[in-house]
Amino acid sequence: MRLTEIRVAGFGGQGVILSAMVIGKAACIYENGYATLTQNFGPEARGSACSAQVILSDQPILYPYVVRPDILIAMSQEAYTRFTPELKEGGLLLVEQDLVRISDLPAGIRAYSVPATRLAEELGKRMVLNIVMVGCFAGVTGLLDPEALRRAVADSVPPGSKELNLRAFEKGLEYGRAKVGPLAEYPDAEPAIRAIEGLS
Amino acid sequence: MQADPKGVLTGAHFLDGDQACCEGALAAGARFAAGYPITPSTEIVERFAARIPTIGGVFIQMEDELAASIAILGAVWGGAKAFTVTSGPGFSLMMEHIGYAAMTETPCVFVNVQRGGPSTGLPTLPAQADMMQARWGSHGDYEIIALAPNSPQECFDLTIQAFNLSEEYRVPVMFMMDECVGHMTEKVEIPPAERIEIRPRRHTSRLPGEFRPYEANGDGVPEMVHAGEGYRFHVTGLTHDEQGYPAMNPQAQDRLVRRLKRKVHDAAERIALYEEENTEAADVVVVSYGITSRVAQRAIEMAREKGIPVGKFRLITVWPFPEAHLRALARRTKAFVVPELNCGQIALEVERAAAGHARTIPVTHAGGSVHQPEQILEAIAEALR
Repeated sequence: MRLTEIRVAGFGGQGVILSAMVIGKAACIYENGYATLTQNFGPEARGSACSAQVILSDQPILYPYVVRPDILIAMSQEAYTRFTPELKEGGLLLVEQDLVRISDLPAGIRAYSVPATRLAEELGKRMVLNIVMVGCFAGVTGLLDPEALRRAVADSVPPGSKELNLRAFEKGLEYGRAKVGPLAEYPDAEPAIRAIEGLS
Repeated sequence: MQADPKGVLTGAHFLDGDQACCEGALAAGARFAAGYPITPSTEIVERFAARIPTIGGVFIQMEDELAASIAILGAVWGGAKAFTVTSGPGFSLMMEHIGYAAMTETPCVFVNVQRGGPSTGLPTLPAQADMMQARWGSHGDYEIIALAPNSPQECFDLTIQAFNLSEEYRVPVMFMMDECVGHMTEKVEIPPAERIEIRPRRHTSRLPGEFRPYEANGDGVPEMVHAGEGYRFHVTGLTHDEQGYPAMNPQAQDRLVRRLKRKVHDAAERIALYEEENTEAADVVVVSYGITSRVAQRAIEMAREKGIPVGKFRLITVWPFPEAHLRALARRTKAFVVPELNCGQIALEVERAAAGHARTIPVTHAGGSVHQPEQILEAIAEALR
């Protein structure tokens, strides 16, 4: 895997850091890659801005910070507004559909809108929307082995919510693989996924 | 001696530097920690407080850093391996007891997860500006050992090393992390307990009637006993004789202070841990430590891609400074480039060691982030002009 910079951003309390942890752990513990995760530490608490950065690579990572992300997962309007401009040209943007209204999308960004909150609600718990987003990230990018991500989810969440989170992951993965298409407003955006036959 | 398996969390983990430092301390046998919370170091003792009840040991959250830093010294004389954890403002408050630990030859570890200063500065952002304070912050003449890790893996490995060195030389060891390394999460592999080498305390084998607490061996390091073992001993910050009692005269002062310095200074080459690459034919050698060494490595690679041969010298132990080694290197190279997250601290040591044989070019940074590799590359280019 070439060096890939990822930023996950949203509100404190949404599980932003946990989703970044799952991605990093899958890459370096359950696959043979390297991962470096950093967080924006500040006087942030539940409900305010929160962001985590993961760098993935097949080589040891030297420079510790994300500079121009290849991928942005935005789970709040503020996160979208603040971090979209730093995305690399040709970068990938995943947003939570009900929390982010896309406007002024820079040219050359592949943007996908994911109804993660609604998918999480179908499972009975809105709070697993972060893991739905991780599943969707896996489906859209194909960057990491889904099995590695499953194992990372399983040992990153509290034992009592393991099954729920694994279901959330599968839901996101399936959605990412099959249903995510370019945003209607941006029909020229390059589709990043191969639709799986048989799934509607 | 092998590590006690109870404290060793063998396996591959995704941990930040703070958590890895805590695991290193537990693996090294630390069973007592005292601290006063301060960003960005709190996670270390937070984890210790959570882990220690299942291992057996004590964590005390003290009323301030003075109390925390003296509590660990008491714990050591009670027989424990102990450490405290802080950042700049707390480190300033601990200076008195770092001197006391040096004077009483109490083996212990002070972890400083450095943040921007002076004063409260930048609580959540990195710096490396306490490097001189670590060496000189307490009054009087003394020596300490300081290590600077550059990854969570090293926060684990070198914390063990820090405890081992403190026992070997009976000195306080400064574990100089920074916010970036402390809050960065990476893979940390913890080996099985039987593969972790632990330096036990230099406990005396003499009988109580024959034991003299500050009678030093050939290497200048005395043996120790613990409270409650039936030995009579006295621990004081006053200048003391070999029996440990105050001795207020220049002869006792000379003997004691020179031994405290000599035991570390004479072992400097043995203590020194460093990484050296391609220094043989290089006109420029980049000297770095801690998180900056990773950015420096990136700059060195960028220079090599441009066909510029650059040497690397990475300090893992910063104190005692590997002076003789740098001096020899200075005779073979034209310039040292020294990036660090401060306004030029270790650059002064490099310049002193180079003694005019090579130029020293500091690449300063006031803290709050790390360098851009291009800044270091620019200094390399300047060194060649």
